[in-house]
Amino acid sequence: MDLLLKTLHANKKAQLGLGFFAGVIFGFLLHKGGATKYDVIIGQLLLRDFTVVKIMLSAVVVGMIGIHVMKSLGWVRFHPKVGSVGMSLLGGLVFGVGFAVLGYCPGTIAGAAANGYLDALVGGILGILIGTGLFAALFPRFKRILVLGRFGDITLPKLFKANHWFVVVPVAALIVLLLVWLESSGL
Amino acid sequence: MEWLFEARWSPYAAGAGIGLLSWLTFLLSNKPIGCSTAFSRTAGMIEKKIRGDKAAAKPYYQQFPPVVDWEWMLVLGIFLGAFISAAISGDFRWVWVPDVWAAAFGPSPVLRLIVALAGGVFLGFGARWAGGCTSGHGISGTMQLAVSSWVAALSFFVGGIAAAWLIFRVLG
Repeated sequence: MDLLLKTLHANKKAQLGLGFFAGVIFGFLLHKGGATKYDVIIGQLLLRDFTVVKIMLSAVVVGMIGIHVMKSLGWVRFHPKVGSVGMSLLGGLVFGVGFAVLGYCPGTIAGAAANGYLDALVGGILGILIGTGLFAALFPRFKRILVLGRFGDITLPKLFKANHWFVVVPVAALIVLLLVWLESSGL
Repeated sequence: MEWLFEARWSPYAAGAGIGLLSWLTFLLSNKPIGCSTAFSRTAGMIEKKIRGDKAAAKPYYQQFPPVVDWEWMLVLGIFLGAFISAAISGDFRWVWVPDVWAAAFGPSPVLRLIVALAGGVFLGFGARWAGGCTSGHGISGTMQLAVSSWVAALSFFVGGIAAAWLIFRVLG
C-alpha cells in the first residue's frame, strides 16, 4: 500500500491527470453548492446568505475527520502552511477586501467563469493575475513584513501539546453546533 | 440519478463532497486542495513569455516556478467541472453584471468590469501575501488544524465582511 502510493505520488503524468480529475469534481461541487455565483458570495459577506460558510464548514468537518484517521494509520502526510501575524493576518485582511470587491475567490472564479459570469472571466481573472504578478515583483521588499510575529507551520494539536483527537473532536463538535444554530435561526 | 441534473444541492451535500474529495487528494496525490498558486504560476508564465528568462529569475518564481503542476491542473479542472454541472442543469447563462451588484450600482458592465479587475488585484495580491486562499487556507489548512490557516481564514472573513459592508451599506 505504502509503496504503491509512493509510486503514484512520484508519477508526474498520473498526478497531472489526478489534479485535473479532482478539479472537475471540485468545480462540479462548487457549482452545485451555489458558490460559483457572485450573489451567493456577496450574500455571505453581507451576512444575508450563509451558503458559503455552510459549504466550507461541512467540508472542514468531513475532511478533518478523514485525514486525521488516515494520518493515524500512517496513510497520509500533512502539509500545514507556515504563517505569521504579518503574513496570515495582514495578508488575510487584504485578501478579504479583494474577496468583497470582486465577489469571487481564486477557486470559485474559475467555476463562475464556466457558469457564464463575464465579470469573472474578463475582469476578475485578469485582476488576479496582475495581483499575483505584482506580489511576485514586490516579494523581496515584503520579506520583513512576512516574518513579523512568526508562528511557523504549527498545528493546534502541537500548540496544545495534545493528541490530535483531543482537538479534532471538540472542533468538529463546535462546527456542528454552529451549523445547527445557523439552521435553527433561519439563516 | 436525477439529483445530478439539479441546479442546486444542499450546501451540506456539496461541502461534504468537497471534504471527501480532500481525503482522496491527500491519499492519492499527497496534496491539499488549493488554488491561488496556479494563478501566480500563470502570471509567471506570461511574464516569461514577454520578458524572457529574466522574469523567471525573480526570487518568488524560484520558490513557485512558472510551470504546470498538480494545482494548476486542478484549477483547469474546475472550469470543466463547473461547466458540466451548469450545462446539464440548465443553469449556464452569460452574465455581465450580477443581480445584487446591478441592484446597488446599476447595470453598467464597464463599471462592474473595472471593479472586478481592481478586486482581482487585491485578491491575487492578498492570496500570495497570506500564502493561500479560501480553499488552501480556508478549507484544506483549517482541516489540518494549521494555526496559520485558522488565522488567515478568519482574517479573510473579517476583511471581507467589513469591505462588503462598506461597499453596499455606505457606498451602495
